[in-house]
Amino acid sequence: MATVAPFDIPYTRIIAPDGSVDGDLPDFARDPAGVIPLYRAMVRTRTFDARAIALHRTGRLGTYPSGLGQEAVGAGIAYAMKPEDVLVPAYRDTSAQLGRGVTPFELLMYWGGDERGSDYSGPRRDFPVSITVGEHPPHAAGVALAMQIRRESRVALCTLGDGATSKGAFYEAINVAGSMWLPLVVVIVNNQWAISAPRAIQSGAPTLAQKAVAAGFPGEQVDGNDVIAVADVCSRAVERARSGEGPTLIEAITYRLGDHTTVDDARRYREDAEVSKAWGNEPLGRIRSFLVAGGAWTKEDEEGLLAECAAEIDRAAEEYLATPAMPVEAMFDHLYEELPPAVEAQRRQAIRESATDA
Amino acid sequence: MPEVTFVQAVNQALMYEMGADERVVVLGEDVAATGGVFRATEGLVERYGPDRVIDTPISETVIAGLGIGLAAEGMRPVVEIQFTGFIYPAMDQLLNHASRLRNRTRGRLTCPMVLRAAGGGLIKSPEHHSDTPEALLATIPGLKVVVPSTPAQAYGLLLAAIRDPDPVVVLETSRLYRALREDVPDDGVALPIGMSFVRRQGNDLTLVTWGGMVPEVLAVAEELAADGVEATVIDVASISPLDMDTILESVGQTGRCVIVHEAARQGGFGAEIAARLADEGLTSLAAPVTRMTGYDAIYPLARLEGRYVPDRRRIAAAARKVLEYA
Repeated sequence: MATVAPFDIPYTRIIAPDGSVDGDLPDFARDPAGVIPLYRAMVRTRTFDARAIALHRTGRLGTYPSGLGQEAVGAGIAYAMKPEDVLVPAYRDTSAQLGRGVTPFELLMYWGGDERGSDYSGPRRDFPVSITVGEHPPHAAGVALAMQIRRESRVALCTLGDGATSKGAFYEAINVAGSMWLPLVVVIVNNQWAISAPRAIQSGAPTLAQKAVAAGFPGEQVDGNDVIAVADVCSRAVERARSGEGPTLIEAITYRLGDHTTVDDARRYREDAEVSKAWGNEPLGRIRSFLVAGGAWTKEDEEGLLAECAAEIDRAAEEYLATPAMPVEAMFDHLYEELPPAVEAQRRQAIRESATDA
Repeated sequence: MPEVTFVQAVNQALMYEMGADERVVVLGEDVAATGGVFRATEGLVERYGPDRVIDTPISETVIAGLGIGLAAEGMRPVVEIQFTGFIYPAMDQLLNHASRLRNRTRGRLTCPMVLRAAGGGLIKSPEHHSDTPEALLATIPGLKVVVPSTPAQAYGLLLAAIRDPDPVVVLETSRLYRALREDVPDDGVALPIGMSFVRRQGNDLTLVTWGGMVPEVLAVAEELAADGVEATVIDVASISPLDMDTILESVGQTGRCVIVHEAARQGGFGAEIAARLADEGLTSLAAPVTRMTGYDAIYPLARLEGRYVPDRRRIAAAARKVLEYA
């Protein structure tokens, strides 16, 4: 018997949970000061996340999916991408979106129920978050195909959760990415839980990264709570894609410390002990320890950063809360480029009926 | 000028627009090497190359999904789903994504994609090859749906669909692909989406139909004319947006209307037209609005399919019943 298709799944971790160096530091991290922007990005995301939850609890924001504990994945992804690349995110990828230049105001607008929140002022070509689970990887493949046809030096990067890897559209997308050798990076943010379904329910495969094997391109795991490792692994994958060396599937191992959303109660289906243990592995503390040990971060730096982030999110929240809803006819404004006469009558009807309400 | 068939007109439109606009790309199953199972894309890859005419995996979700990504990036994808019965894996892509991208992003990203699919029955094909899902698609805001019935419409509406800034589904009828021939000037002139075609004028009765039923309904109108009954035949052509004005105007004159379609009756697109007539044309009606459609039954295999799709006898009977009302 001969082996015709061997495979292996590498795993990368560079910084251990206690902040000690546990692997080869990439160039940007050799001077700890080079890691400060990543740490700042994670603190900013966590500040946003806490504020979003507080706004929901006081009835001022809609359902919001917390990314608590997953800040490193998005920060590393955003680090790896160039502005002209395209992010096709899932709904819990606030961290990556903030890193890409989506503003806290826009995110609050979106989760507060206003479509204008997806009209990103920064990354104009990035996709809005996908609420449908795992149906968006084909869009990222299409974006990558456009880049390939036009011979552009750009890359599409798609994020999805561990639950989304059970969807057919995910398999169809990685399959076509392999057959067309697209400039696409797919990052599975494996936070161990899909609402109440643990990772084991999604797949009998020991890793989700190995799903790339069937698609014909490399798959690898990275410690998703190690921002230096995520930034390094994603950067290598993005640059391979950019230089025509094909797609990569990355499984970032992390943990959803919060509830699925603000209307979920995770205590119904998982043990407190598991969550407490996961807190010992969360991504901010280890990088702070790394920075402090390297003499690149002080208590004053920390306090200054927290105050700066809080002030920024305060301003965004105030702006969001002060922004009135769109008029009723807004639901027709971007239905088509040009509203067909057949629908125009309903637009007028909506305006008329809204006026009666008031 | 040579006459062309319906499927040649589709090919002619694709050939024209790929030459006129380098953003146009064609992708789907078997579209490149073999030129499509119906030969609608024949010769495209030879002229425009494999970068723009792309054979995909057999994967309807990804075919539609690739179209969305390409369109959002500024390309003009024309994707082919081989048969309408295989469109359903792509429905999430059409319903949740293609149709909503513009609105979700307030116009920042758009989806100028065309999805072509062949359907309709009476070609003795296997199961799932004969669906006419226009009503399912018509209920999706943000999407446009056209159903051409002639080579000229196939050419002009496909050009319009490709140039449209929003997603358009073009439902083609396989049994018409080679059934009709007509002169279709290859002049790059599109037909408007959102406009129906009055194919015959008469003051006694309005027959409303589209796609594969149009030739049958026109034939019935000629039979009726032999008995002194003059019918107007409206070829709807554009399911969404619907040109209701033309139908209301005609029924305003005739007072009688039969809507003919191949799909099942319940929730079929005829129900929308009938409801609109009840809402907006009631006072002009001299008889109940009637539908002659496929039965609310599973589309049968080849031996019975001729009993499912309305034929001239059934259409004529429905017309005569409507004419009986004084």
